[in-house]
Amino acid sequence: MNVLEFSGLLALGSLLAGFLGALTGLGGGVVIVPMLTLLFHVNIRYAIGASLVSVIATSSGAAAAYVREGYSNIRIGMFLETATTVGAVVGAAVALHVSGSAIAIVFGLVLLYSAYLSSRHREEHGPQMKSSPLAEKLKLNGTCPTPEGPQPYSVTGVPAGYGLMFGAGVMSGLLGIGSGAVKVLALDQAMKIPFKVSTTTSNFMIGVTAAASAGLYLNRGYISPGIAMPVMLGVLVGSLIGAKLLVTAKVKALRYLFAAVIVALGIEMIFNGVTGRV
Amino acid sequence: MSDESVVAQKPGTWNDQRIEIIIGTLLRTGVILAAAVVLFGGIVYLVRHGHEAPHYATFTGEPQSLKSPADIMHGVMQFKAQAIIQLGLLLLIATPVARVAFSAVAFAIEHDRMYVVITLIVLVILSYSLFAS
Repeated sequence: MNVLEFSGLLALGSLLAGFLGALTGLGGGVVIVPMLTLLFHVNIRYAIGASLVSVIATSSGAAAAYVREGYSNIRIGMFLETATTVGAVVGAAVALHVSGSAIAIVFGLVLLYSAYLSSRHREEHGPQMKSSPLAEKLKLNGTCPTPEGPQPYSVTGVPAGYGLMFGAGVMSGLLGIGSGAVKVLALDQAMKIPFKVSTTTSNFMIGVTAAASAGLYLNRGYISPGIAMPVMLGVLVGSLIGAKLLVTAKVKALRYLFAAVIVALGIEMIFNGVTGRV
Repeated sequence: MSDESVVAQKPGTWNDQRIEIIIGTLLRTGVILAAAVVLFGGIVYLVRHGHEAPHYATFTGEPQSLKSPADIMHGVMQFKAQAIIQLGLLLLIATPVARVAFSAVAFAIEHDRMYVVITLIVLVILSYSLFAS
């Protein structure tokens, strides 16, 4: 296989990953690293660098479309980014000092956990009415557009959300993923922010978080143009197509299928990490 | 009237369509520009190196010429394909950074001093990652 064929296959696989990630809402970044390491035998450090770059592309591309809808809360996003960016720098710094096998094992566990999170029945909570004093001080409360006009919501659980966001940042920096699932968990479950606001604000934060570790990765030579080029272009195009189809497609069965793929990849990543093959 | 109460009266200012359109345009332009540069560099790269064998199984790290913004620009000047791809990736990384920088300005226009400070903290962390290592 020469570079041309290698790049073509990478672009095709990344396109599929981006497409399924956008369609199922699980994110394409989470399958890029296993695909590169398990299928294409790319070293995990290069894989993480390429994945991180593709995460920035999809997050910014999607945010450009969402931002007009007026759901994302920019103050919540910015305040919590002080946690995710520090976490991302810490995660990237840790990644520089641990073995590829250890990263693969952690990656596998995170894959299993994301599959679990996505399969769990989510309890819809109504808009929170009582805000915490801290949320008020930080001006985090906002309004969410609904068919009946703007619906105000209040925010609570700020310290817990902040802590979770730091963890999401560490994961993002260590593994080169967006960790959107943990971000939504922090916003939706811990801080009781309406779901639509949580998902768009999470997406808003993913690009900034990934940019915080991407700089470090670039400086350490993890971002290889030959891999990042087909991956970034493939994921971007795939996620744009997926987002366009999202409105019409019935995705429930696909979501389960994709979750099953993630479980299989997670087990294989752990196996390869334990046996030292990654 | 203090700054505090002005902001408190209009929590929806950030829903101001103008700012959102600017942010949306900024992000879209950044991504499209980055993707175009990466694609262009990629074509040049494949034309020049397409027949070579890929070698990514072991991690050696990219050479110094592809790691720092200054060195990448140097390579772009010499029309090196891989440097052009890296430039596109740098533009991509810069897109969310530009968004944060723009937010700092927007908060300043709103006289929201607390959020100007918060936004600048995020900007400092991002700059540290990109330039200080």
